[in-house]
Amino acid sequence: MAAEVTLETKPKGGRFCSICTTRRAALKRPKTLEQICRECFYAVFEDEIHRVIVGNNLFKPGERIAIGASGGKDSTVLAYVMSELNCRHGYGLDLFLLSVDEGITGYRDDSLETVKRNEVQYGLPLKVVSYKELYGWTMDEIVKLIGLKNNCTFCGVFRRQALDRGAALLNVDKLVTGHNADDIAETVLLNILRGDIARLSRCTSIITGEDGPIPRCKPFKYTYEKEIVMYAYFKRLDYFSTECIYSPNAYRGFAREFIKDLERIRPRAILDIIKSGEDFRISTSTKMPEQGNCEKCGYISSQKWCKACVLLDGLNRGLPKMGIGRTRGLDNECNKDTRQNNGTKSLQSKQCGTLDF
Amino acid sequence: MACNSGYCKSGCHGVGDEDEDKRPATLNGEPSNRAPPGDGDSEPSTDCNARCFKCKVNETISPSYPTIAGGGDFGRFCIDCFRGNLFGKFRFAVTSNAMILPSDNLLVAFSGGASSRVALEFVHKMQQKAQKNFDASRDRSLPVFGVGVAFIDERASFAFPSNDFDRAINEMSLIVSSLAPPAKQFHVVPTEIIFSPNCASGRAKLTEIITAIDDVTGKADFLEYLRMLSLQKIAMENGYTKLVLGTCTSRIACHVLEATVKGQGFSLAADIQYADARWKIPVVLPLRDCLSEELNMICSLDCLKTVEASRQPLSGINGLISAFVKLLQEENPSRESTIVRTAGKLTPFCFNTVPEVDDHKVQLASQRRHKKYNLKLNESLPPESFCIICRSPLMKSDVTALNGFVDAGPITEILLSTCSSCQYQILPKDPSSLEYFHSLLPQSMTSPVKNNYDNKKCLREQIQDFLLSD
Repeated sequence: MAAEVTLETKPKGGRFCSICTTRRAALKRPKTLEQICRECFYAVFEDEIHRVIVGNNLFKPGERIAIGASGGKDSTVLAYVMSELNCRHGYGLDLFLLSVDEGITGYRDDSLETVKRNEVQYGLPLKVVSYKELYGWTMDEIVKLIGLKNNCTFCGVFRRQALDRGAALLNVDKLVTGHNADDIAETVLLNILRGDIARLSRCTSIITGEDGPIPRCKPFKYTYEKEIVMYAYFKRLDYFSTECIYSPNAYRGFAREFIKDLERIRPRAILDIIKSGEDFRISTSTKMPEQGNCEKCGYISSQKWCKACVLLDGLNRGLPKMGIGRTRGLDNECNKDTRQNNGTKSLQSKQCGTLDF
Repeated sequence: MACNSGYCKSGCHGVGDEDEDKRPATLNGEPSNRAPPGDGDSEPSTDCNARCFKCKVNETISPSYPTIAGGGDFGRFCIDCFRGNLFGKFRFAVTSNAMILPSDNLLVAFSGGASSRVALEFVHKMQQKAQKNFDASRDRSLPVFGVGVAFIDERASFAFPSNDFDRAINEMSLIVSSLAPPAKQFHVVPTEIIFSPNCASGRAKLTEIITAIDDVTGKADFLEYLRMLSLQKIAMENGYTKLVLGTCTSRIACHVLEATVKGQGFSLAADIQYADARWKIPVVLPLRDCLSEELNMICSLDCLKTVEASRQPLSGINGLISAFVKLLQEENPSRESTIVRTAGKLTPFCFNTVPEVDDHKVQLASQRRHKKYNLKLNESLPPESFCIICRSPLMKSDVTALNGFVDAGPITEILLSTCSSCQYQILPKDPSSLEYFHSLLPQSMTSPVKNNYDNKKCLREQIQDFLLSD
């Protein structure tokens, strides 16, 4: 047999991994453009996340953690990596999968199948909360009523509460979501473009909602979307990748395109945007919305009623435009509503269910 | 998490978007009648006899300039009111920030482009008025401020300079001489002057350092920093007291995104205020509230000659951002203003104010005329250090992070005196070239002139209330 290839000579297929220098480089790392092998990629990927978790004190031993799981690549990789690291580094966490069923046929029912498979594959108990149960409406029904104009508003507002309620049902201490570096960079940009200084000051926090019902953290805050895809691909993780069938050409698309172009010129720019977001100093004199509680359901809200209650009220009364656009003066419709909330989740009456926290 | 999908078709407004709809009132106190951006229900102005919404008498600009019918607020003005409004914005910026004092000698940076052309025109107008008042006044107590003009000849830094440079400079010279009386000196200075008084050796040093920078964006930004140093040099050597730039809202909007994308979120607020006293000769931005569209329009309406001298097309990240902002502005004409307004809510630094003059007489007289705008400044201590290349205030935490760095003497020094953005895009990657690169930097970067804002004064202002005796 021919002599063993020495470390100095290049292997037939290309160069060696720049980290271990023993195995053949199989990929170029999107974040740093280093050429490394698969094993080293898994190692740096997982290690960086571990450092973020530890460095930011995201968890305490013994905590119950719900992983927001949509069946998409971010949440699948999140669930996988969280269980891995929990085991490997002894975080001592009780992990659960929490999924939200918005009731979108042909999209959500398919991705939910993926999450059910994840439950088996990763051995993590799964809880699914549905819009139908919580609010009495599925997204399909909502879109039938309001069309494709403001559907994202409804879905976003409802999902946030749904996650909180699911987390409460599971009796967990924290919620983790798969928001990645690209998402956060996009959000920083969007908030600058839209003049939302209040959100701009909060959107780079790795832990949010500490003063609310359930704190949420984003362990993927510094993880590039491309690397998540790469990880899922090489590890052959099971995930569902299609865009929501109702997603319009949202404004976020502008920011997303821009970030993709930016990444091509300078990959580290994504992290630089996040750094800028963290470093912005916002005048304390700037008026921030005051935080209170919704009068109807008790959820945190800066207005009299939380957005979900406002939207639901509109839906139930056949006034789908309520809660969309600016309100002028007092919300008189809210005061006129004297319908009793009987506290039970009834499918027929389509009332807002109780949100006792 | 009201609306995080941003821009659903029908102008779905989250909490933040409410800001967008409150346009700043026009100067006569009239609130803008403009429909909220993106509101699908606003009727397009198809009325051919549209009246100016200010004077209600004359026809608006839009019918005569159909291309701008959709764009910006100024489509609703008539020509006179538009002109008045634009000059009004300039005058408001000047008076509320006490930018121009009678004792000042202003140097206006002129690139040949529309923004600096308008800055020059408006400053000239103001000077003419001051001169008229002086001639008419009996006691002649207030002198008329002086004005000079500077153009930085950057052809040595371009790979393929245009042949039209000299012709362009001649045209600019003609423009400046037409803006008299009062006469204004026109300084044309090449960038290499900051490296050496000898042009040839200066050019060589300039070329060497430019080629040493690999990153395309880094190169472009570095040239901008050199431009400022050149302007400062002219101002200092010729007795000017302030440097006037034609930087407009649109340019600032791009700068906001550029700084964000380069990780300069901490120092961003320093660059976008009306005044910047980091420099020996303080810099003022009187056109900060004007859109480039408006400035182009006034040049066109009033036949203000502009010169396409020197600007190379934007490349790298700056080019990408310029195209992006243009796209956003087309989709929503108030986008640039919103970006600048958002960034305006970031805390400025203590040097973001025009420094006060010691001359008691001048101060009294100017206080009679001006009402100084109370800029809410950063109440914490002034920054201890600035990046030697871009002059951005350095975050203390960035500096202390380097203390764990294995001491390599001069290299650590260099890293401690530069921001992370300049370290990435301008300084060479490998440490062995770092020291040599540092030696190539012009002296005005490595040993900067003491800036104008008084460190001690800043500190004093903060404890002022607790001092018992003067």
